[in-house]
Amino acid sequence: MTTATPDLATGAKQPGFLSRFRPRGTVWLAVPAVLVLVIALAYPLAIVVVRSFTDPAPGIGNYVWFFQSAVNRTVLQRTFVVAAWVTLVSLICAYPYAYAMTIVGKNVRLVLILCVLVPFWLSGVVRTLAWVILLQDSGVINSFLRGLGLSPVKLIRTLPGVIIGMTQVLLPFMILPIYSVMKGIDTRLLQAARSLGAKPWRAFVQIYMPLSLPGVYAGVIIVFILSLGFYITPALLGGPRSIMLSSLVQNQVLSLLNWGRGGAMGVVLLVATFVLLAIAAPLMRQKHTSSRREA
Amino acid sequence: MPSFPRIFLGLFCLLVAVLLLAPTLVVIPMSFNGNKSLAFPPVGFSWQWYGNFFTNPDWTTSFTNSLFIALIVAVVATIVGTLAAFGVTRAAARTGGLLRALLITPMVVPGVVLAIGIYAVYLDAHLVGTVTGFVLAHTMLAIPFVLIAVQASLEVFDQRLETAASSLGAGRLTVFRTVTLPLILPGILSGALFAFITSFDEIIVALFITSPYLKTLPVQIYSSITRDADPTVAAVGTLLFIATSLIIIAGLLFGMRRGRT
Repeated sequence: MTTATPDLATGAKQPGFLSRFRPRGTVWLAVPAVLVLVIALAYPLAIVVVRSFTDPAPGIGNYVWFFQSAVNRTVLQRTFVVAAWVTLVSLICAYPYAYAMTIVGKNVRLVLILCVLVPFWLSGVVRTLAWVILLQDSGVINSFLRGLGLSPVKLIRTLPGVIIGMTQVLLPFMILPIYSVMKGIDTRLLQAARSLGAKPWRAFVQIYMPLSLPGVYAGVIIVFILSLGFYITPALLGGPRSIMLSSLVQNQVLSLLNWGRGGAMGVVLLVATFVLLAIAAPLMRQKHTSSRREA
Repeated sequence: MPSFPRIFLGLFCLLVAVLLLAPTLVVIPMSFNGNKSLAFPPVGFSWQWYGNFFTNPDWTTSFTNSLFIALIVAVVATIVGTLAAFGVTRAAARTGGLLRALLITPMVVPGVVLAIGIYAVYLDAHLVGTVTGFVLAHTMLAIPFVLIAVQASLEVFDQRLETAASSLGAGRLTVFRTVTLPLILPGILSGALFAFITSFDEIIVALFITSPYLKTLPVQIYSSITRDADPTVAAVGTLLFIATSLIIIAGLLFGMRRGRT
């Protein structure tokens, strides 16, 4: 819209202005940013890839070692399972919450938004610290259970503990994209469906949910990808039997100085991330434009 | 009268809100613990852990290091990221899209992979434990946030205003300074805030490139959690929680006032 109207408004002189004012060369403004990216992102990642094939000896030995070791395969599988759990639990918590944010009054919405934004902006280390305290054997949750006369449960250094902590840390990343899509859904479509005889529940499932899918896709993919590479929370809440791929990479490089093996694991993680993104990106884009056209 | 599904939804959201906030709130009473332990419920009352945070050099220097690095990162990333946002928004659609995808990759690359790569490069370049090293890595991580924030305000910005100004004889710099900049300033400022927080909070890369002589606050918190149960960490958590809440409330109020006028 904005590109079509000025042509009509200013007539023949327009192209002259534009070429003087908006030269095609503005892409060059991105050069400093790209430079920073090459030095601090592309080059280091290239080093990781190269080392995974050359250290200690040239070849694919590190990858063969990675996939042949039963321990590594277990950790790889566990990393994906945990990521899937965290994504599922966050989605179950986030969808109704985001929906509630769109239907409540202004003041309640402000409170709900604060509940999401404060943890979202608060340091991840501090939030993990809170979970370390809560999940301890003598922690709040277990004191509460004991108070109820129930037997305490082992939470810290267990997989459920890791999943609980990661879900809380990543939940805002699920709520925010779903909310931002839901906010834009035209509720008159629901009224229209109901006026045509649909029950509220059916109108919700058939009209509202499909329209909210782009937000769900975005949230799911962000949370899943962040879970795969999560380091601090699983490292602090997990134990030897709930170790994740990130900790294994760190261990190989910092403790064992196996740059090649650590690098190979890192490359596996990196490739998994980008494959997921490549699958998800067209899905999100397609749904997004179609919903915008309908709205 | 609220229907049954509404009540159920309300209760569910209350639970989620508790899950989001409560874990952090638990840290507050523990920061006033009378004993040297991180147990809950706390025993007695004292301000000693706050006192310790402001007097113990481990905590004060790591705090000032973080503040100093985050301020430099905020300035550098905001300038570089804003320029990039202009480049991306005003480039041809395909080039712009590609460039944008490239510039936001730091957000999705797994932290540990990035950290070992940067560590390897820094070992060779003698950048481990230097301010330059921290600023470079954190700027790269902060650029996506600045880019997204500034791009959002550039997209709603009406370029005809620039055309109008230049048709009235304003030079390109004057147009930028008097028309473009004031209109996109909220985007730039929120980008700067994001950049500051990104650097101030960053821990994974920091854990790898830190040295005994240059530690940031998150690294100090991490080592305090893993090594000893020093309640100072709860005091730090409480202070960060209060600071974060105040910034967000101020931002929301500011946004609401802007929306009204």
